[in-house]
Formats: sequence, structure tokens, C-alpha cells
Amino acid sequence: MAEHLPVIVLLVPLFAALINALAGSADERVGFPLTVAALTASLASAVVLLLHVVAEGPISYFLGGWDQISGIGIELRIDTLNGLVLVTVAAVGLLTAIYSCQRVPEDTPGRVANFYTLYLLLCTGLMGMTVTADAFNLFVLIEIASLTSYGLIAMGSSKRGTYAAFNYIIMGTIGASFYLLGVGYLYIATGTLDMSDIHATIITEGLSDSPSILVAFVLITIGVWIKMAFFPLYGWLPNAYTFAPSTTSAILAPLMTKVSIYVMIRIMLTVFGSEYVFEQLGWSRLIVALATIAIVAGSVLALAQKKLKKMLCYLIVAEVGYMVGGVWLADHNGLVGSVYHIISDAFMTLCLFLAAGIFFRRLGSHYIDELGGMFSKMPVTMAAFAVGALAMIGIPPTCGFFSKWYLIQGGIASGHWEYVVALLFSSLVNAVLFFRIFEVALFGSKPAEGHGHSDDHGNDHAEPVKIDEARPATLIPLVATAAIIILLGVFNGKIIDIIQLTIPAGSIEIPAGTMSGHAAPK
Amino acid sequence: MENEVHSWVPLLAFLTPLLAVLPILIFRRETMLRDGSTIAAGIVMLCLVVSMLGDVSAGKIITCHLFDLVPNVPLEFRIDGLGMLFALVASFLWIPTSFYGFGYMRGLKEHSQTRFFAFFAVSLSATIGVAFAGNLLTMYLFYEMLSLATFPLVTHHQDKEARSGGRTYLSHLLGTSVAFALPALIWCYVAGGGADGMNFSDGGFLSADLGPTGGVVLLLLFAFGFSKAGMMPFHSWLPGAMVAPTPVSALLHAVAVVKVGVFCVLRVVTGVFGVDLLGRGEGGLDIGITLAWVAAFTVIVSSLIALTQDNLKRRLAFSTIGQLSYIILGAALATKLSVSGSMLHIAAHAVGKITLFYCAGAIFVATGKKYISQMSGLGKTMPFTFGAFFLGSLSVIGLPPTFGLISKFHLVMGTAEAGEKVLLVVFLVSTILNAAYFLPIVFRAFFPKNDQLPDGETAPKFSWSAVREAPLMCVVPLALTAFLSVFLFFGSGFLRELVATFVDPLFPK
Repeated sequence: MAEHLPVIVLLVPLFAALINALAGSADERVGFPLTVAALTASLASAVVLLLHVVAEGPISYFLGGWDQISGIGIELRIDTLNGLVLVTVAAVGLLTAIYSCQRVPEDTPGRVANFYTLYLLLCTGLMGMTVTADAFNLFVLIEIASLTSYGLIAMGSSKRGTYAAFNYIIMGTIGASFYLLGVGYLYIATGTLDMSDIHATIITEGLSDSPSILVAFVLITIGVWIKMAFFPLYGWLPNAYTFAPSTTSAILAPLMTKVSIYVMIRIMLTVFGSEYVFEQLGWSRLIVALATIAIVAGSVLALAQKKLKKMLCYLIVAEVGYMVGGVWLADHNGLVGSVYHIISDAFMTLCLFLAAGIFFRRLGSHYIDELGGMFSKMPVTMAAFAVGALAMIGIPPTCGFFSKWYLIQGGIASGHWEYVVALLFSSLVNAVLFFRIFEVALFGSKPAEGHGHSDDHGNDHAEPVKIDEARPATLIPLVATAAIIILLGVFNGKIIDIIQLTIPAGSIEIPAGTMSGHAAPK
Repeated sequence: MENEVHSWVPLLAFLTPLLAVLPILIFRRETMLRDGSTIAAGIVMLCLVVSMLGDVSAGKIITCHLFDLVPNVPLEFRIDGLGMLFALVASFLWIPTSFYGFGYMRGLKEHSQTRFFAFFAVSLSATIGVAFAGNLLTMYLFYEMLSLATFPLVTHHQDKEARSGGRTYLSHLLGTSVAFALPALIWCYVAGGGADGMNFSDGGFLSADLGPTGGVVLLLLFAFGFSKAGMMPFHSWLPGAMVAPTPVSALLHAVAVVKVGVFCVLRVVTGVFGVDLLGRGEGGLDIGITLAWVAAFTVIVSSLIALTQDNLKRRLAFSTIGQLSYIILGAALATKLSVSGSMLHIAAHAVGKITLFYCAGAIFVATGKKYISQMSGLGKTMPFTFGAFFLGSLSVIGLPPTFGLISKFHLVMGTAEAGEKVLLVVFLVSTILNAAYFLPIVFRAFFPKNDQLPDGETAPKFSWSAVREAPLMCVVPLALTAFLSVFLFFGSGFLRELVATFVDPLFPK
């Protein structure tokens, strides 16, 4: 059983999606329990898998027993790097699924069964992107994740959601085509699709000077950049996530970009290798500069927004800049910081989007100005939102602080001062953004001129505002996410240790040994 | 090290006020129980802190190592003379301030008192966290916690003024700490502190490889980054924060928050750079003097601004800015006497300034007056308050028979020891300015001229029947702290002993 876990993680939600598609047409209420059960099973297997990988080293799994020698097998490989991302994806998927309980019937009435089918397929796709070790299989899974997300976004009742989904389809398809073209070049040049085989072939046959490898790298990178909304290819993101139903944006915003960044790291380090990417190409300056622009532009654009979700979307653009920049610093701390940030940012974004969804339902409006008095009306939601916000700003002990800690260290050590300044700038902008919200939530949009003295004797007897919290099904995942944000921060050392099992301390590569599947554990 | 003792007491002392939040929230409708839990927490915390005093005075260092925050840098408490001194001051003054707070908040029938006392307790917890922090990262963590926990207190009134005050407050404190202190922190970590855990134990972990330019930049990043210390040009949050209810101004903006700022600077000077690196001697980069001049500038300019303020609390705030820079000045000069003076001044200024704020609040509760120009003749109706105000101002000016004299004496001698003659003049001028902005207040309260009084009134004659003091819960604390600043003039031995345990190892002769 245990050796089949890599595939069980994927198969459970996949089959659940099929069952839901069949059974859902009879009774759409099947969807929710089925989804939660499937994702709980996935999360449990992902956790077991991660523990296993930490203890005993990476696992290779060949689908259907068609191993490497036959040349046609699809390989799944789990090391600590994607093990962590896998757990993150499963956890975010599960938390959002719990959140969806009452929201989905409200947001997409009559299409609940369709929603859960797509949702499960999306989770399958995202987890597949994480575990696969086959470049073409990766394309297929990217497409599964993308196609389902187009559907999920378009499901919302707003017209703009449909339009945004169409825009996203165009951009997303262009991205996928770029990626596929790149893989085509790689296949022509190396004759294999297995990631580590490609790398091995490039090395043994001395292909690293070959123009087709260069073209492949450029095409794949651009394709992945579109998927992750890296500046300036982010145009599809803000509207798509803003006008999507709140459950959809709560799963897509944390995961789609983050998993794409993981894919970028995997392609860079496993397929092409750090020597090729960082030394032979030597594009670090350029791409870190682009990332710097992404961070600054995302932050400034976020400042200009009046809608909460849209503001968060531009922050995602900035955060993508953090991670892309961190990887391209070509510094160990930057790389590890980026991987850590994939995980922490997933939960930060989830926290903020869950809260934004709750606010939207309560107020029927996306506008920040409408949030007046939220601290008294919904103290728990607001407190959880505050935790997410503080993490975005980078206040210890939340995980956001420690991402910055590693990323800035990487920036200083590699001499990319512009990146360091951009990170600090973005922290400051985030502080302005979120304290603007806190201010509205604390004071209301129009604070009173006079003193806020009450008539009672200060016993808080006659509370003028009644606490009216969100429903438990939406509140529980939110509070859990806020707790995870703090725990991730406090125990960041452990996470970093786990990442360093795959990316050894001081290095910026994933040694081939750990990918061969039989390396001795550290 | 052989003189280190492991103990969980620091953790308990830190957790006590934090846990007190629970009963405060639970008893939000039972005023007596709620306020009782604040007092109980205060007493427990003070007892815990005092229980460690003996060991620390004997030169031992109490550590409490929790777990690694980032590789090689643990979350740890480590209590030496400096931390002990600050913790003692903060936890002791919390108790009278709580009583004062009950009197003040009830006297004015303030709203949301539960929230107020809950965040007050969290702030104290963060303050103790900074005082006990064993390394730079731990210190930063609690520093930020304090900024956030005090925000709801500053903006308590939730009106327009509170909103703009709160904006200035947070943008300055959070902005500078993220923009300056955080990169400085990481710079330290990268520049060689990393492996040593960034702790303060061996009197500075940075080396002279930093170079004079790098050293100055890093030092100023820290000094401006910890802008709770109120150095110009990042001082304006403090006058802005005066919109808070007076108990907040008293404990937080005369003691806890602002002292956390200077405390952090002192830590950086003694524990990160090391006094040798700051000085001119062998192996020194001669960077302290730059900081000293920035501080001296702040001392003079803030005193001049204080002279022009008519709002009493704002005048006190600008006075605080100047006094904080005394402490930074002493730290920057990095001689034995000046560092001792800085440490003593943390305590001396705390006791003196808290008295002055209590008085300002008591005057407001009793008469609703905020402006100095309205206070002529009030000494006749509020003799205790203005008597205490007089003693408090003596201490802040540095005149006998108050504790302020002792700390200022150390600072001045330290400046002489460093051979900075011009800075001696700064001390002289600022002392005159201090007297000029405090003593007239007392004078016109007791001996008003007729043209200072509202039309048609004459200076009242003193009689006991005319006394209209603030509620007893306001007056007793201010009398207590006024007495304390006189008492410490005669009985500061235990504090000086504490200071010596910290300073002596820094300056081995």
C-alpha cells in the first residue's frame, strides 16, 4: 500500500470526480461530503508520503509498472521539495472545500454537482503537476488544472466573470502552447520526456550549447511565466480572480500561481540544471530586475485598487515577483526562501481570500470602504484576516516574516540590492494597504468628529454593535489557516530543514542523486 | 558559560500578562473582577521579576532557551543587568498605572474599557519580551508585537484625531522598523553574526571588517529603525500618540514603548557592535560619535519645540523625545560612566515622566483642562497633583533631591570621560531648557499673576475646603511615583549594583 501512495494521492480525487459526475446528476448533495472525504484522503496520503520521503529519501513511482527501461513509462517522483508542495496543495484544497459547504449552493445554484466535479479535477491537476517527473505529462496536468479553472471561473453569476474567464482561456492557452512547443524541442534534442533523463542526456551528449535547448528553455519559461502571472504577463489574473465565485478564487489564488512557480523551479533545476540556467545563460541580472519590477508594479497597482479582492490580486503579482526573483538570485538562501514562500504564500493568500469571500457575502460589495466597523461586527473573521495581513506585511512570528528573512538574505549575499529594496518597499506598501483596511474596519468610513464616550459606566453593557459572525463552515477553515500561518512561521526552521534535504545547504541545485530515486537518506 | 542559570521564570513572567487577557475578556461585564485580574497579573509579574533580581545582582545570567526560530537563532530569553533593570521598571510601574487607569477611565466614563485593559496587558507582555530578549531576532519580534498591540490603545477614542494620530504612529513605528531595522538585522546575520546566534552575550559579534562607512550606516539603520526611541527626524509619532488616553501616554509613551526604543539601541551598541567597536580606541571604528551628534541635535531641538507647546501632554511628549536622546547619547559615547548613566536614566526618566503624565491626566479628569495657559492658579485647588508635578519636573531636569540628578550626573561625567567638550555644553543648555519649560507651569499654578487668569477672577487663596483633586485612584499613584523619585535619590544602591553587573564586564580594565 505504502509504495503506491504517490498515485493514490492523485487517484482518489480523480475517481471521486468521476463518481461525483455520475452520482451528482441524481443528487447534488453528494458533492460536498465526497469532495471533503477525497481531499482528506489525499491530504493524509500526502502527509504520510512527506514523512516517508523525509525519513527515507525520494520515491520514484512508475505508473502501471512501465519502468524507465521500457522508455514509455510515466514517472512520479516525490522528494521533500514537492512533498511539501503536495501537502500544501492538498491542505489548501481541503480547507477551501470545507469553506465551500454553504457557499457553492449560493454562488452557483443548480450547478453544484458540476462545481465539485471540476473542483476535484482541479485538485487532481494541481497535485499531478507537483508530483510528475515527466515533462509531457506535466503539460497534460497543467491543462487539466487550467481547463477546470476556466470552467470554475466562468461559473459565477457575474457577466464580468465570464468575460474574465474568456480572457484567461486565451492567455492560458498561449502559455500552454509555449510550454508544449518547448517540450517538443527538448524531445527532438534528447529523445526523452523524463525530466532527469533529459538532464542526463543534455550533459552526456554535450547539448548545453545547442540552440534547440536554448529555445526550449525560453519557450518553457515564458509558458510557465504566463501561467504564474509573472510581470508583465499578468494581465489575465486580476479580473479572473476578482469576479470568480469566492470559493473558486479561494482555491485558485493560492495554488495556481504557486504550483506554477514550483514547476518553474523543477524545470530550471531538474531538467536544465543550475549550471546551465545560472552560469551558462547568466540571465540572473535581467530576470531579477524583471522580478523587482514585478514587485514594485504589483504593489503600486494594489495601492490604486478600491476593491478588496482586486487589491489582493495585484499583491499576488508582487508575490510572484518575490519568488521568481528569489529563485533567480542564484543563491541558496534565495532559492530556499522561494520554496518556503511558495508554502507560506499559499496559506497567506488563502487566508485573505477566504476572509474576502466572507466580507463579500456579508456586504454584497467588493469595496474596501464598505468594511466599516468590521472589527466589532465580525471580530473573529477580522482577527484571522489581520493575521493574514500581518503575514503579508512580514511581521514576526508569522510565516511572511521568515520568507522575507531568507529572501532578503539571499538578496544581500548575491548582491542584488535592487531586489532587497523592492522587498522592503513592498512590505511598506502592504503595511499601508492593510492598515488602511484596518482603519476602515476599526473606525468606519467616516469617523465621528467628537469623542467616543459612551453613556454607560464603561462596563460594556450596552454594546451598540452586535457581534454577528460568519457561519462555522466558513469560519473554521479561516481560523485554521490563520493558525497555520503562525505555526509555519514559528516552525520555519523545520520546514527549511526539510527543503534542505533536497537542496543541500549552501547549494543552488537539486543534486541528481536525490532524483534517481534510490539515494540514501541524509 | 559558568555563570548562566537556566530557568523558566522569564517565560512565566512574559506569559503572565498575556494570559491575563483571558480573565479580562471573560469578566468584561464584571468590572471589579476584570480590573482585579489586571492587578493580580501585575503583582504576579512583579514578583516573578523580583524573584530573579537576587541572582542577576549577583552577576548571574538567567537564560531560557525555547527553540530555533531560524537556523542558529533561537527564541530565547536571557536576563542580564540591563534587561533586569528595564523589566523591573516596566513591571513595577504597571501596577500604579493600572490603578490610575481605573480611576481615569471610570472618571471619564470611557468606552470599550475591556478592550483597553486587554491590549494594555498584551503591551506589557511585549515589553517584557523585549527586556528579556536574548538575541536580536527575539528582540525584533517583540518590538513589532509591541507596535501592533499599542495601536488600538493609541486610537482608543476612534475619532478623527485618533485616526490621524494612529496613522502617524503606525507608519512611523512599523515603517521604520521594516525599512531600516529589518535590513540591518539581516545584514548583521549575513555579516558574520549568523553562526553566533546573534546573541548579546559576548559584548558584540560584529567585527571591524565592517569598515567605518558600513559601521555608521548599520548603526544609523538600527538607531532610526528602532524609532520608538524617538530620534529626529522620526520622532513625530510620539506627539501624535498623545491622542491616547493618559494612562497610555503615562506608561507606554513615557516608559514602556519609548524605553523599548532606547533599550534596543543600548542593546545594539553593547551587544551587537560592542563598545570597543564604537569608540576611538584600538580596534574601534569611531562611529559612535556620529550617533551621539544626531542625538545631541534631537536633545536641543526637541527642548526648543517643547518650550512652544501649550498643550501639556504635547509639551511632555517633546520633553520625552529630548530625554530619550540623552540615553542614546550616553550609549553612543560608549564609556563606562555614560553607559551606566544611560541605564540609570531609563529608570530615572521613567519614574519622573510617568509622574508628570499622571498629573496631566489628573488635571484633565478633575477640570477638563489640557492647556498650560488654562492652568494658572490650579495649584490652589489641586495641591497634591501640582506638588507631585514639581517633584517630577525636578527629576526630569536633574535637580536634587531626585533620582534624575544621579543619572544625569553619570551621563555628564561619562561625556567628560569621553572628552567631548561640546557635548557637555549640550547637556548644560538642555538642562536650562528643561527648567524653562517645566518650572513656569508649577510657578503659575501656585502663584498666578492676575493677567494670566480668566477675566474677573482673582488668584484664589488656598484653603483645604477649596481642594478639588482628581479621584483618589488617580492621586495616589502620582503621589507614589513622585515619592519614589525622591526616595531613589537616597536609595538607588540596588539599581546601581544592577547597572554595575552589566557594565563592568563590558569595560574590563
